[in-house]
Amino acid sequence: MSERTATIASRVGLHARPAAIFAEAVGALPVEVTIALEGDPADDAMDASSILSLMSLGAANGQVVVLRAEGDGADEALESLVKILETDLDAE
Amino acid sequence: MQSFTGVGVSPGRIVGSVRQMPKAVSEPPAGEKLASSTTAEDAAVTLRTAAKVVQTELKERSVGATGAGKSVLEATALMAADPMLIKGAVKLITNNGTSAERAIWESAASVAEMLHNLGGYMAERSTDVLDVRSRIVAELRGVPAPGIPASDTPFILVADDLAPADTATLNPAIVLALVTSGGGPQSHTAIIARALGLPAVVAAVGVDAITDGTEIYVDGAAGSVTVDPDADQVAAAAAWATTAATLAVFDGNGVTADGHLVPLLANVGGAKDAVKAAAANAQGVGLLRTEFCFLERDTEPSHEEQITAYRGVFDAFPGKKVVVRTLDAGADKPLPFLTDASEPNPALGVRGYRTDFTSPGVLKRQLAAIAAAAEGTEADVWVMAPMISTADEAGDFAAMCAEAGLTNPGVMVEVPSAALTAETILGKVNFASLGTNDLTQYAMAADRQLGPLAALNTPWQPAVLRLIQLTVAGSLAEGNQKPVGVCGEAAADPALAVVLVGLGVNTLSMTARALSAVGAVLNTVTLAEAQRLATIALAAPNALEARAQVRAELPVLDELGL
Repeated sequence: MSERTATIASRVGLHARPAAIFAEAVGALPVEVTIALEGDPADDAMDASSILSLMSLGAANGQVVVLRAEGDGADEALESLVKILETDLDAE
Repeated sequence: MQSFTGVGVSPGRIVGSVRQMPKAVSEPPAGEKLASSTTAEDAAVTLRTAAKVVQTELKERSVGATGAGKSVLEATALMAADPMLIKGAVKLITNNGTSAERAIWESAASVAEMLHNLGGYMAERSTDVLDVRSRIVAELRGVPAPGIPASDTPFILVADDLAPADTATLNPAIVLALVTSGGGPQSHTAIIARALGLPAVVAAVGVDAITDGTEIYVDGAAGSVTVDPDADQVAAAAAWATTAATLAVFDGNGVTADGHLVPLLANVGGAKDAVKAAAANAQGVGLLRTEFCFLERDTEPSHEEQITAYRGVFDAFPGKKVVVRTLDAGADKPLPFLTDASEPNPALGVRGYRTDFTSPGVLKRQLAAIAAAAEGTEADVWVMAPMISTADEAGDFAAMCAEAGLTNPGVMVEVPSAALTAETILGKVNFASLGTNDLTQYAMAADRQLGPLAALNTPWQPAVLRLIQLTVAGSLAEGNQKPVGVCGEAAADPALAVVLVGLGVNTLSMTARALSAVGAVLNTVTLAEAQRLATIALAAPNALEARAQVRAELPVLDELGL
């Protein structure tokens, strides 16, 4: 199991456009990725490729989230996703 | 040659081919199970395929869209095949043997509820989930997706009636005209058509049977729809195209032939509208519908949000009058934080100014925000309350305005009691503005949204004209020459606008699109002629006669195709 934390950089938090961009990126990866707020139990983690899950997670700007994935390529996958979360996607 | 007669609500003559708006998707029956020939695995695959098809379709549409519409479509496309939504449905199929249609229906309902409970922005997205659901069910059933058909070739849209939400997806470059079997002159279809400048006929019974691709002729002034138009009608449509171009500009000076000034103002719903109205040379804003800034909101907008929304409108009209109407929630414009949805009779319920009885504080905070927004702008800010019924209410509202530092309070006259007691009401406030849509609905006891009552529901009704006359007389009797304006859809009808001026109305406020047509016609009559036409309309035995007799005296209407 690989695990990475990331701080949400988008000013509006992880919804709307940023959530759409992130969910789409997760969907394109070969591994399944979960997302949870830092401190929440791993069992409560949600499917990171679901925009609806991301929206219900409601991660705000500056909050820390935990990404988890398993299997081949998990580390590289998480690394690329952390980069997305730590960019202000709303600024584009 | 087959033809249909309805009510013309937005002028224009046009020939084009028909596209019927698909019917709304009906709810699959509760407890609907998989057909015995279908396995759960097959149903799940079918559902995933349908979801993918809908997703692809929405994604393709997002490519052609711009701005806010684009990001909404992109997000909605992702929702269509969202794992949370689909897994929830597949679980119902596998565990309970629920049909794919019913499973996605229930899964989306619980997701929408979850979003709704999160409040704020999330709650607003719950309608997107329900939209996606309808599309997936339509795909599963093999029927066309709900909503306005996507098309690259222009067409005439035929529907039962349009909802406010349809405005967002209505592309006026593709939709040539609107024809509905339901709705009345004050329905949303009529309002949308006038705002977009599209010819429209409503309440045309039978048009839902016209097949897609049929060529029809629509006359939005006469209210007629003809299948397989003849050469004369094709020529009339071509002539209209030329007229429409010359009618496109208003010079910003509402005046009769003999120099009697009648400022022509615009009805706007926010800053975007206001900028367009200013570009169309509106002489001010006669009605800022503040609730339009906040429709589909679950919570009361903050002080700052309100200031931004109002300031945007004020800034578009420096040195000009802007009449702000306080929140008019209720009936056909419910706001969750103000409206009690369980009222048996919303049109006669707690709406408009009356919401201050049940939700005190909201109005006071809105007035404070209007006053703050007005500070430092060059607009001349007036404020009025909707749905005032008594002089006491008018007095209370004036006191609240004074407390907020707003010096020019007024009232909407849309309840007949206000027209009948205009003299005492105007003793308490500085001006009155006639909301003819509701005034007609209440005077005639005819619901604005009901097609079968369309004939009753027109401001040409002599009874409505009489109430307008009484309001003007009330102002005269009060003695301080307090202005009486009209801000209902009546002001956008060039013939009726002449009658209103003849009745003594001081200003006319309308959708910006109508300014040029109203201005052009007003320019051809003297005040004395307008007064004569008003007398004719008042004396007519019914609305149809009133309209016909006045129009017969205004040959300019036919010349301009209005």
